[in-house]
Amino acid sequence: MLNIHDILETITMIEDEKLDIRTITMGISLLDCTDEDIQVSCRRVYDKVCKKAENLLKVGEDIEKEYGIPIINKRISVTPIAILKAAAKGDCVEYAKTMDKIADTVGVNFIGGYSALVQKGFTKGDLDLIASIPQALAQTKKVCSSVNIGSTRAGINLDAVKLMGQAILKTAELTAQEQCIGSAKLVVFCNAPDDNPFMAGAFHGIGEGEAVIHVGVSGPGVVRSAVEKAGDCSISELAEIIKKTAFKITRMGQLVASEASKRLGVPFGIVDLSLAPTPAVGDSVAHILEAMGLEKCGAHGTTAALAILNDAVKKGGVMASSRVGGLSGAFIPVTEDAGMIDAARCGALSIEKLEAMTAVCSVGLDMIIVPGDTTAEVLAAIIADEAAIGMINGKTTAVRLIPAIGKKVGEELFFGDLLGEGPVMKLNTNSPAKLIARGGQIPAPLHSLKN
Amino acid sequence: MRAVITVIGQDRVGILARVSQACAKVDANILDVTQSVLQDIFVMVMLVDIQNLKEEFGSFADTMKELGKDWGLAIHVMHEDIFNSMHRI
Repeated sequence: MLNIHDILETITMIEDEKLDIRTITMGISLLDCTDEDIQVSCRRVYDKVCKKAENLLKVGEDIEKEYGIPIINKRISVTPIAILKAAAKGDCVEYAKTMDKIADTVGVNFIGGYSALVQKGFTKGDLDLIASIPQALAQTKKVCSSVNIGSTRAGINLDAVKLMGQAILKTAELTAQEQCIGSAKLVVFCNAPDDNPFMAGAFHGIGEGEAVIHVGVSGPGVVRSAVEKAGDCSISELAEIIKKTAFKITRMGQLVASEASKRLGVPFGIVDLSLAPTPAVGDSVAHILEAMGLEKCGAHGTTAALAILNDAVKKGGVMASSRVGGLSGAFIPVTEDAGMIDAARCGALSIEKLEAMTAVCSVGLDMIIVPGDTTAEVLAAIIADEAAIGMINGKTTAVRLIPAIGKKVGEELFFGDLLGEGPVMKLNTNSPAKLIARGGQIPAPLHSLKN
Repeated sequence: MRAVITVIGQDRVGILARVSQACAKVDANILDVTQSVLQDIFVMVMLVDIQNLKEEFGSFADTMKELGKDWGLAIHVMHEDIFNSMHRI
């Protein structure tokens, strides 16, 4: 018989501490959907994805009921569309519209893969796709776009960085009437993982199989509660507690992933061991850091606390799952985290501190609202800085900034749902225009002499 | 397939009868029952075999949840694997 305390612990985690499966994401290859005629290609994409994912929603809901564990999102990621566009003639936005239609038909809330991988150069398809991003995101609701502009092995494509600075600004301008929401669906990566289940950066890497199931777990509330219960213990003990908690959370993710994979007849890919916050009270990564002993997230000591948290989550999670991947680690999206929103509002958290934090945790400068009059060059330079951290440290970094068109520091944007809300944060506005205008390729770093 | 039914709330006469009657109605065979009072809260855990369940698992879970509502009890029905996977290596 199961232990009554274990059972109650699981139920408390789900009921009171908001433990959930953040996403089941089905990755689908579109490499067999190319055609010179973009309409033909779009039809193939539509037919294939709708067929493969027809049961995704139902299976997700069945598992949710049977195991009593909430599965918040069901999503789809596809092969980077720039690869299909390389063969097709016509307006790339057609692909985005097709993806949006698929999301409606299948019933998923986001579909990712309006993407290009340009870390070392552009194909014609890449350039077409990047140029079409603002329109694609303005004309669709559920499509997510990402562009990988750098990697540890290839260096950073500074021309792409410049283009992405412009794309972010243009996307915000085109969606200014809707709280600039377009930019919240656009991520710029360095070292993008092929198997990330989380939006907006999910795409189905070209090294992946025909179709695959990835699962992203969550549970900041569970970790916070465990840290709070631990009281005044030493930091080593705290790391142990986080590790054990992460283990339990991930085991649940592994169970759901293997069950979903079995029921859908699609191979299991990875479990992403992330602590993904939501704006709901009690589901915040910032609050874990505060429970670890900081007055406010953003205080000196935040980077150290986050490093411990991120490492302990990975150590606990790795043993709990047969295959781990994606972005695994603690996420710090400002507008999606109640504690981060508070810290940004009261001025405790600055973009400079966030940048330092990204050096030790998963992902990067995520969901940060910047002033509407920020230039494309400053946006590009933020991307370049963040990509440099990723490139040098051999980790994934990303930038998802939302220029709040017509708004200044201190004013706010409200996206609602999981995307949250937050204040416009202050940026350093000294011009990096000359550096960005140079273009070219930042050389790949040395892999020895690590200092 | 086995499921775990947990009942949490204020103790009173007839909880076990009420829950087991609902189980019998849909052919959920009770294999084991444990109950205790933790910090003044009544907790009952029931392991049931649902191999021959007469209705969909989802609606069984909903029925049980409803059953507890008017007595102020939280009743959860969950597949046993979730507990096994989280608490056993």
